[in-house]
Order: sequence, then structure tokens, then C-alpha cells
Amino acid sequence: MSLDIREGELLAVVGENGAGKSSLMNVLYGLYQPDAGEVVLDGQPVRLKSPRDAIARGIGMVHQHFMLVPTLSVAENVVLGREPTRRGVFDVERACEEVAATCQRFGFQLEPRARVDTLTVGSQQKVEIVKALHRGAQVLILDEPTAVLTPQEADELARVMRGLVAQGRTVVLISHKLDEVLGVSSRVAVMRRGRLVTEVRAQDTTAAALSSLMVGDSHPAAAQVSTQAHAPGAVVLDAKDLKAVGDNGRPALRGVSLTVHAGEIVGIAGVDGNGQRELAEVLTGLRALESGEGTLLGGGLGRLTPAEARRRGVGHVPEDRLRRAVVKDMTVEENVALGRHAQPPFAKGPWVDFAGRRERANALLRDYDVRPPDPELPLRALSGGNQQKVVVARELDANPKLLVVVQPTRGLDIGAVAQVHARLREARARGAGVLMVSLDLEEVLALSDRVYVFFEGRVTGTFTRDAFDERELGRRMTGAEAAHG
Amino acid sequence: MLEVLHSLLFSTLDAAPALVFAALGAVLSERAGVVDVGVEGMMRAGAFCAAVAALAMPTPLAVVVGMGAGAGMAAIHGWLCIRWRSDQVVSGMALNLVALAGGTFLLESLFGPNGTPPITQLSRWDIPGLASVPVLGALSGHAAPTYLALLVPFVFQGLLTRTPLGLRLRAVGDKPHAVATLGLSVPALRWGAVVGGGLLAGLGGAVLSTAVLDRFEQHTPAGLGFMALAAMVFGRWTPVGAFLAALFFAFGNALRIGLASSAPHLMDLVPQGVLLALPYLMTLVLLGLQGQRSSAPAALGVPFEQESR
Repeated sequence: MSLDIREGELLAVVGENGAGKSSLMNVLYGLYQPDAGEVVLDGQPVRLKSPRDAIARGIGMVHQHFMLVPTLSVAENVVLGREPTRRGVFDVERACEEVAATCQRFGFQLEPRARVDTLTVGSQQKVEIVKALHRGAQVLILDEPTAVLTPQEADELARVMRGLVAQGRTVVLISHKLDEVLGVSSRVAVMRRGRLVTEVRAQDTTAAALSSLMVGDSHPAAAQVSTQAHAPGAVVLDAKDLKAVGDNGRPALRGVSLTVHAGEIVGIAGVDGNGQRELAEVLTGLRALESGEGTLLGGGLGRLTPAEARRRGVGHVPEDRLRRAVVKDMTVEENVALGRHAQPPFAKGPWVDFAGRRERANALLRDYDVRPPDPELPLRALSGGNQQKVVVARELDANPKLLVVVQPTRGLDIGAVAQVHARLREARARGAGVLMVSLDLEEVLALSDRVYVFFEGRVTGTFTRDAFDERELGRRMTGAEAAHG
Repeated sequence: MLEVLHSLLFSTLDAAPALVFAALGAVLSERAGVVDVGVEGMMRAGAFCAAVAALAMPTPLAVVVGMGAGAGMAAIHGWLCIRWRSDQVVSGMALNLVALAGGTFLLESLFGPNGTPPITQLSRWDIPGLASVPVLGALSGHAAPTYLALLVPFVFQGLLTRTPLGLRLRAVGDKPHAVATLGLSVPALRWGAVVGGGLLAGLGGAVLSTAVLDRFEQHTPAGLGFMALAAMVFGRWTPVGAFLAALFFAFGNALRIGLASSAPHLMDLVPQGVLLALPYLMTLVLLGLQGQRSSAPAALGVPFEQESR
């Protein structure tokens, strides 16, 4: 694997999950050591043994998962490790001045004294960028920077990146959102299975061309499934004025009303942490409702337990797979049986039905193209995408009347994403109501028949498929009221 | 009445340092993200080694030996938890059991079951002119650790909130990966905090056998280490908070002794055991009242691995 990065360019590195983009960048940042090969910087071979070496040579990195200490202020996060002192005491004033100066120089608007956990995700990302620039980064690596941003924040980031290049900095952008990549970068490098497939100038290519380069010829092209006419059936969920408290003790749902019909996919859009997760937990009996009422498949929502939710026909694909959906040290077939382990075909009376379980597991692994299709493997031996396929297979096999899915494709590669999406559409076609929470706006727009936008525990907008407007959705996600007039 | 207050205050200040130092040690270790349930064992090691050393050398020097013993125990904890990423609670409890059994074994084989021979206690300092003042006079006549225990929490608080090192310690307990990506060493910071915590816990133990008592007794420190942990939690992981909580617990202890001696008729009404349990009961009630542990460092007890995020 070889890659040239030129001074003052905006290079995009694209590829499927697991293509090696992040590993490559971690090598450049000194977090991983290459087994063979070398890094040459300004004509000099260098050995980057730790991030300290990389920083010293002017390489900065903004990680996909922010590396910020949430309890510290913006200035403290930025100067951490090179704190200004006065007679041995940390000089907060000077730290704030320095950070403010850096912000001004590069055109960022940040309050140095604000605590990081009070900032929006977009601002936190700016803190990360300022952190790198403050250390004199000439080359800035951004790993999947727009994954968690609203469209407006993503635009803002694109402006920031162009501005940095205009000031002579080099920016390396890792992404799998091809339209976005083409919009900002000057050159695109495509990676597949740990190799560089090609490098092209951004203006000489298209998203479709890049996509087929990324996936490779052996892969079936991700077919665009046409969305069928929206013909909803009976109401499966009708909730009014739901209120619930989050893990931190603060209100997470502040009066949410929504309905889901049989045979439709309802998307919940919003920036992370605006009550979407809590809504999913309330509907699956995992979180107590504080007030509000509703009917869910013929029963109330007041004292819903997970067992009761399952009995009524609620399926759940939770966000945190390892915590809530699977037991990673148990075998694939045992995981397939989880939750229905006492019913046929997984049990005969009080006994485990080994043959029946094996048969069902084999059928599901084949149907869902789980690789490797071995029911006896411990689940942890599967890749994240294949683990997710097992979860989706299990939940859909129970024929749910309402399927609650949260972030169903996070961290999955293009092939697996297409498959999960197809399965969700299939569930809709079979007459299930699907409630999907996703932070990926593209995904919400691609799948949903209707969309509710969440902001600070309230619904700030509802859209139906024929009236989707990405800009307007983005505005509602940041709490803007409906435009007047 | 004033006399009762005076004696309560005096015995509070006499008993507090052991608890204060141990609680501060726990705060130091845990703010860096390493659970410190082994503090009881570190105290026991410090108390034992200080008592034995005091048989052969001046007592102040023996206290330093006790601190070293606490740090040694902490180093084992650090080696297991930082180097090998073992479970921090299990490692700490193992430390406590080793200290309990090892202390008993060494005591019995070297000196017999009742304790070490008596040693010279740390000398007590009289503050001229203060001793005769009512109530405030209780501040006079303590050994050096008492005065140190009144000072160190504030120095530590300043260190934690106002120095670069303190900033890094807080960061490493809340988000070690952020620290690592800035090119700072997570293991080095955690090692420093754990060993520093061991020094403080060892000091706390040494105070027990050289200032509060004049020997190492079979049961030392009799759960004081766990009370120190409670003080840390109750003090919301801040040095001054833990200090105030430790003072409060020491006061509970003084109250127990005071009640037993000044109101003997109470002993007929309340069983002895209830009084003995008073400080521990106060600990339990307070922790119950305080409830959630929302102020704990975010990455507390999570072994640091570069690859996981």
C-alpha cells in the first residue's frame, strides 16, 4: 500500500468499512506501527513511534470518536499536554488567550471557557480541529468527520477545510460519503481491502464511478430498491405526550406524540442525544415512562416490561449490539435462539431442541448471507456487520408487528448496509410497522415513509416522503422553528 | 459542656489523620482512573512496617518506611492493573487479603499474637499559649501528622485544579484516549497516581501504629481503609471534600468513645456492639443518603488499551 500526500491539497481517502483507511491514518499518526514499509515526510524517512512524534512533525488528527475530555473546558482540552504556566501554576487566563488567538487565526467561533460537554457535536469537532492546529499541524487528518453532523454543520466543515487549504495546510479527509468527498476534495484515493485501487482527480470522476471502484467488480452492485407506494394499515403505535427521564436524570423526552402504522417505515431524525434513544427504550419496555399515554399493539405503555413488549410483538434491534442484543461468547445459534429459546423450534417442552435450533439457525444464516455460515462459532468470531445480520435475522424471524431499530447500519460496509435496508423494506412489505432511529440523515431519507425530527426531547417537524426537504430537516434538527409565512 | 466539646474535638483530631491520608490516597489513584479498594491493605502494610521499623530506628524515619511499604503494595496493584490490565477491584481485594494474612503471619511468627512490642510514639507538639484557650486548645498537643493532615488536602486540591499535572490527572481519569492521542503517556500518569496513592495510604497506616497507638495490633486498620473509600465517595472525589468527610467520620468515632466514657449509664441501655458500629453506621447512612455516584471519574476502573475506543 503506497500513497502520496501533496502539500496544500485536500485529499480524500474513500473505501468500504474494513478497507484499511483508518489503519493507514493511525500509522501516519503514530498510533499503530507498520509491520513493513516506511513513512516519508518532506523527503525524509521518519519513524513515528507515538502520536508525540507525529505531532512534533506537524501531523494532526481528528478522530471519528472525539478525543475530548467532556468535563474540561475548551481551552483546557486544547492546551492539555502543553499547558502554559506561571510559576508552576496552570495559567488559565493565558490558555484562554492562546486558544482564542488560534481560533481567530483560523476563523473558528468558540468560547474557550465553555465546558466541552455543553457544546454541540459540530462545535466539539471544531475543538478537535483547533486542538490539532494549536499544536502547529501542517497536515490534518480527519477520520469520517461528517458521520455525526447535520447537513448545515457538514457544510460549515467543508468551508473550514477549504479555508485551511487556502492557508497552505494539507487536509486528508477519510469518508465514505462520496457526494461530499467530490464536493470538497481536489484528489480522491480509493482503497479496497488494504490496497490503493486508484487515485483520481475529483473533477474527473463521479460518485457512481467511485462507488464501483470501492466495492470492486466481484461484489454485486448495491441495487437501488424502488420505494413502493405507501399504503399504511392499522395503527400499531399511537403515543401521546410521552415524557421520560434520561440516564443523567434530566428530562430526555418532553412530550412526544407519534403514530406508527402497519406497513410503513417511520424514521426518527435528529442529532445524537435528543431523546431518540430514550424513545426506543420506552417502546421496548427498557425505560420507565414518566407521563403520557399511548397504545402499543393493543395495550398501554405505562407499565411496559421488555417481556410484555416481546409478547405483544415488538422486535428490537438496539443501538448497542454487544450490550443489548447478543451474548458475544455464546455461539451463533444460541444467539439466534435468544428470547425465543423456550418456544419451538428452539425448544421441545422443557428441553432444548438441538436439531430444530440448528435447522432454523442454518436457514437464517443462509437467508441473510452471514459469513461464515457456521452456527457453532462463537458470535464474537464474526465481523460487526455479520453480527448485525444475525440480530436482524433473529428479530425479523419472530415476525414482529412493530420493529424498533436504532442505528441499524452503523459501522457496516456497503454490502451489509444494502442488505439490512432491504430486510427492513421486506418487513414493511410483510405488514410490520418499523420505527427506525438513525443519526445518518441519508439513511432516514432513503428508507422512511414518514419522518419525525427530534430536538431536545420534542418533535420539531414531521415530513412525509413526498415532501422531504433535507435543508429544512437539518434546520429542524437544530431546533429552528417552522419558517413563517 | 465545654470540656466535653474539647475532648471530642481533641480525639477527632487525633484519630483523623489516618483516615484523611488514606482518603487522599484513594482520591489520587481514582482521579487517574484506577480503583483503589486495596487501600485497606496498603494501610495495613504501612502500619506493620512502620511499627517494626520503629523498633530499630527513630520513629519519624519509621513512618517513612511505612509509606514505602504502602507504595510497594500500590506498585503491585499498578503492575497488575496498568501493565496487565487486570480487574482493578479484584486486584485491590487480593491486596487486602494478602495484607491481612501476611500481616497476621509475620506478627505471630516474629512477636506473638498480641502485637509488636511498644515503640516510642511520635512526639506531640504543644502550641504555646493555645493549650489554655477553651475548645480551641484542642488544636494543641497532637503529633505532626495531625497538622500535616490539616494542610495536605488543600495543597492537593490546588495541585489537582491549578497545575498542568492536575489537569492531566483529571483528563486521564475521564478520557484516557484523549490524553494518549496528545502524545502523553497514560501508563506513566496512572503509575504516578497509584504509587502516590500508596505513599499516602502507607502514611495513614503508619500514623495508626506510631501516633494513635504505640504498636501494631492484630486488627489494624480494622476497616479504616474502607471508611476512607467512603469518605472519598462522600467527598465527591475531591481532596477537600474527602478531607471534610474523613473529619466527620473521625468525629463519629470520637463520639463513640466519648459516649462510652462520659455517659456510662448509656451502656446499660444500648448494647456495646451498637456503639462500636456507630462510625460504620454513619458511613452507611451517609452513602445511602448521597445516592448516585455521578461525580466519579468517567473512566474509573476501565483498563486503558490503545486499540479500543
